[in-house]
Amino acid sequence: MTTLDTSTAPANARKIEQLKPDLLLTQEHHMCPGCGEPLAVRQFLETIQDLGVVQQAVAVAGIGCYTSFSGSMDVDLVQALHGRAPSVATGVKRMLPDALVFTLQGDGDMVNEGLQEVIHTAARGENVTCILLNNGVFGETGGHMTATTVVGQRTKNTLDGRDAAYHGFPILIGDLIAQLEGAAYVARGSVHNAGAVARTKKMFTRAFQSQLRHEGFSFVEVLTMCPTGWFIPTAEGPSYMNETLGEVHIMGELKVDGRVKTTEELHAENVARQHEVEAKLAAGGLDDHEGR
Amino acid sequence: MTTTMSGRVLMEGSEALARAAIVSGCRFFAGYPMTPFTEVLEHMARLLPEVGGVCINAESELEAVGMAWGALSTGARAATGSTGQGLSLMQESFSEITLAELPLVIFNMARGQQDYFQATRGGGHGDYRHIVLAPQDVREGVEHVQLAFHLADKWRNPVLVYGDYLLAHTQEALCIEPMEFPALPAKDWAVDGSASGSGMSKNVTPLGVAKHGQEAFGQEGKFQYIATKTPLMEREVRVESGYLDDAETVVVAFGSPAKFVKYAIKQLRAEGHRIGYVRPITLWPFPFDTVRDAASTARVVGSFELAAGQMVDDVRIAVAGQAPVEFIGGVSTDHSGFGVGRLLEVGEIRTRLLALHEGRPQPQIPGYEKFTYQLQEHQETPA
Repeated sequence: MTTLDTSTAPANARKIEQLKPDLLLTQEHHMCPGCGEPLAVRQFLETIQDLGVVQQAVAVAGIGCYTSFSGSMDVDLVQALHGRAPSVATGVKRMLPDALVFTLQGDGDMVNEGLQEVIHTAARGENVTCILLNNGVFGETGGHMTATTVVGQRTKNTLDGRDAAYHGFPILIGDLIAQLEGAAYVARGSVHNAGAVARTKKMFTRAFQSQLRHEGFSFVEVLTMCPTGWFIPTAEGPSYMNETLGEVHIMGELKVDGRVKTTEELHAENVARQHEVEAKLAAGGLDDHEGR
Repeated sequence: MTTTMSGRVLMEGSEALARAAIVSGCRFFAGYPMTPFTEVLEHMARLLPEVGGVCINAESELEAVGMAWGALSTGARAATGSTGQGLSLMQESFSEITLAELPLVIFNMARGQQDYFQATRGGGHGDYRHIVLAPQDVREGVEHVQLAFHLADKWRNPVLVYGDYLLAHTQEALCIEPMEFPALPAKDWAVDGSASGSGMSKNVTPLGVAKHGQEAFGQEGKFQYIATKTPLMEREVRVESGYLDDAETVVVAFGSPAKFVKYAIKQLRAEGHRIGYVRPITLWPFPFDTVRDAASTARVVGSFELAAGQMVDDVRIAVAGQAPVEFIGGVSTDHSGFGVGRLLEVGEIRTRLLALHEGRPQPQIPGYEKFTYQLQEHQETPA
């Protein structure tokens, strides 16, 4: 039996504070345990830094749980009303054509209150990136149904689950936006496991690159966990998300280079990837970049 | 357009206001068509690109004001507008833009004077005031637009220009030249991305929050801060008055109708009637002191407005019981609700002024008999 030497840190050890993205002023936040939003915020902040466009970055924040990051992201920021970030971002971008302008919105903000804003901004081909953190509930008010809540999902005002006959059907916003000619890049990622996080970061990279090339509107939707708003144990967040939201809001790149992928195509891609990963795991494991 | 020998140009009010905005440095405009505001938008759409500016035909009034909000956040001079109806849709943003201290200029090409409460009280939530300029004609409108951009920057507070159908559509011979104003502080609060990653990035927000480590008001502190700024803006009060020295009757009127009231009073003065007037140029701040002083020696005070009686409330506050206050205006639009209506006629105004002056009841507005609400038997109070 070997004894672990704890007198000095291993050579490759890093302190938690060193894992903080440089564009985050503090690690303090007001999010609940198990929340997926900080994971998504980290990915786009790191992407801005990786692309070397920090001093061009201007964020426009909507209103939701994620709004608390407006004070901790070290990015010039304009606070918009609930739902109104895309029009505010439009005004910013038209005055600062060389800036990297992005919105940060939730599903209640973007798909309920401000649906027409994001649709029209996409249709105009406005050269901004809209980021949607989609957890299918109003997290900030305590877990109420939004326009993206999937059928059967329990929320505080659909206690027996969303009933399509009574509450209507969810809006698949990414799919809707992909159909618009002004949309150049549309993707739907997730943060429910490491592979999904890594793929989401790639989506942010492609969306921002698309904006920097002035190709038109870009859109990244990220499915995020909200165990508090879903009334489930924290640890069950990722699997619950994958089995509810993930089954309806299909992940993948919905529009690249002008080509729109169907739900069936995306689903087939995801299943193929899953089989590939499972086969490699069975054969001895994944290398560092696998699943990305 | 016709250029006169003196270099003046015959120009529609809407174009004059748009050109005045552009000489003020306005470089962003967004709006949604609505009569009688539509032509302001048309001229902005045509003229702004000529100077490197942007005019967006927004998908709704909500987005128009949002776009202006974004442009203002970069430090640009920006404006939006509509009629009172369209401004109703923008009220949530007006409230919060005021808290965010952004210098928005708003064009209200109103369908009449029924938006006085909306303009001076705000239809939005919370404690806020906008400076409201009410030009009597296109010439003054050109000055007011330029003043509006200056005052908005000076106070970092929205300023509303209250026009109407007549202002938007009347042609006047004008020469639009930039006015001189005192220097303003640099907009060091504006965002352009250059502070990102510096540890001192900026946050243009109505919420009273700041970036981590920077001093923040908090929501309560922000409300208090705005509440203490607002009374200081009252020094921007502007007013015109005439014939007050020996006036037995004082009439208060604003905007285009005030010009007609002034003309009628000039006629009545020539006939020996002691009538004077107060014309609030700023509706907020309201010229309470001028109206109060005029009322102190008057027998009666009247409020002439093309509405059911809104400004009359401010007149009553100003007069504070020194003299009886009578509402002598009335609802007055064309049949479609657009124009400034049948009371905008000097003969009608003269009749109403004389009735007030001679202590007679105000006449029924011609043709309105059939629109008059009749008290029903079940609504009468039991004896």
